[in-house]
Amino acid sequence: MEIPRHWRLKKQRYALVGEVCPHCEAKIFPPRDVCPECSREAKTEFQFSGRGEVYSYTTVYDPPAGYEEQAPYTVALVKLEEGPVITAQLTDLDGQPVQIGMPVEMVTRKLRNDGDERGLIVYGYKFRPRLERQVAN
Amino acid sequence: MNRPIKNSRKLSRDVAIVGAGMSKFGAFPGISSRDLFLDAFQEMRLSVDRGFDPREIEALYIGNFSSDIFEGQGHTAAILADWTGLTPRPATRVEDACASSGVALRQGILAVASGLYDIVLVGGIEKMTDMPTSQVTDALATASDTLYEVPAGFTFPGFYAAMATAYMHAYGASVESFMRVGLKNHENGALNEKAQFGATIRQVMDKKIAGALAKGRPAPQWEDELAFLKDERANPVIAWPMRLFDCSPISDGATALLLVSAEIARNFSEAPLYVVGSGQASDAALHDRDTLTALCSAQLAAREAYQMAGVSARDIKIAEVHDCFTIAEIIATEDLGFFPAGQGYRAAEEGLTSRQGSKPVNTSGGLKSKGHPVGASGAGQVVEVWKQMRGEAGARQVAGTLDLALTHNVGGTGQTSVVHIFERR
Ligand SMILES: [Zn+2]
Repeated sequence: MEIPRHWRLKKQRYALVGEVCPHCEAKIFPPRDVCPECSREAKTEFQFSGRGEVYSYTTVYDPPAGYEEQAPYTVALVKLEEGPVITAQLTDLDGQPVQIGMPVEMVTRKLRNDGDERGLIVYGYKFRPRLERQVAN
Repeated sequence: MNRPIKNSRKLSRDVAIVGAGMSKFGAFPGISSRDLFLDAFQEMRLSVDRGFDPREIEALYIGNFSSDIFEGQGHTAAILADWTGLTPRPATRVEDACASSGVALRQGILAVASGLYDIVLVGGIEKMTDMPTSQVTDALATASDTLYEVPAGFTFPGFYAAMATAYMHAYGASVESFMRVGLKNHENGALNEKAQFGATIRQVMDKKIAGALAKGRPAPQWEDELAFLKDERANPVIAWPMRLFDCSPISDGATALLLVSAEIARNFSEAPLYVVGSGQASDAALHDRDTLTALCSAQLAAREAYQMAGVSARDIKIAEVHDCFTIAEIIATEDLGFFPAGQGYRAAEEGLTSRQGSKPVNTSGGLKSKGHPVGASGAGQVVEVWKQMRGEAGARQVAGTLDLALTHNVGGTGQTSVVHIFERR
């Protein structure tokens, strides 16, 4: 893989950097340089806030290789507040029941255990329940 | 996302199915996909009422998801041409995940409709059981988005489970709604000698009880089939709310269809199935969609097929739909317009999709009970409607005149959908 693309992928993994369409304003994740809404070129970088809500979810009891130690774990489709939906594991739940519409925020965590030897991405984004906003006083 | 399609498409000339066959679906250690394909090919040959010389076949289109990973063998279509004595005819492998042979069928139809060929062989193969389950899971995961969905720890049952969660939230369905689909498909599959799990849930329960007693253990007690399906130990959760009996199995199998131009169909068959509608559409990965309670690609494929056929959902007498998971069948019956959005689960609970219901779905047992050798499944659906429409489905035969039937084959989580409509004239 060419180095610039590698760095771009890394940025997406760690910091949720996507794109915004200069033609129709659509926020795009994952970035693909083409707007999925209007099919025109869209290369402007866009930093997502990392805040969103659970769009749907499941708890996986029968995990794929590399995820055995984490099972059972909850994976979700998270609707970012800027629009796109992304796929991520939920973390720091501490027994809290998950619900559609639950506010969540991004954190960086280890994704899988066998990534190093298989040359796969090991760290990336997960989402945790959003902490209560501080009350201004 | 609103992706408009051309309002009506037509084939340049009519195409008919004049032969259909399949191997048994199941786990067959030591038997390769090419050997399974010979079983399907042989049954297809015998199903051609007026007989034919296989050397009349002009081209092959073979659906196969991943013989590369499953068997360490790529480039499978040419091998099947050789194995069936059809070298040097052009042989093309078609890959669209679990929709591979549904799309291979469409390619065969287009090839005949174009006038290029008059006689085409369409097939599907998959040999999945030689690998440990975790590797099969990894292989299947390549049909989703491996850069953005798989690293999160999503599995295929997980994707459909997330759809099920969204569906329950939107419409008030329960896990029992899904279980009803599995119960029905096992009832049907028990009457299909080709099915991998040709047993009703009741028969599965009786077997477990007998097994416990034979080992000198106390027999498990379940009040009824639903109680069995709700038992964590008998029916473990794979990805909540999908349990083991909500998931189609890992399977080996092969399927074969013979397509000819409609004007020569009667030279081959006393009762051909005419292809009156064909539709196909694509979609983004699951995370990139506006809804999780419907497959837009299936809706678009169905619309294209209905418009081509000039019929509506009401006119369809039976359908084989892509029930890789029980939730998928419920969503399919809505995407195809059999029931309004959010009503599919009620229809399943009320038995409307049973063999005796108003809209029989998956009379073969579906992928759930018949088995799901992914690349073979789409053409396998056509084998069932072939048998039903010709009155050859034996104990599971649906009563009445089955003049119009539909097949609905999905790849991945709906990145590909392909729908066909067949007519008996
Ligand atoms: Zn745009």
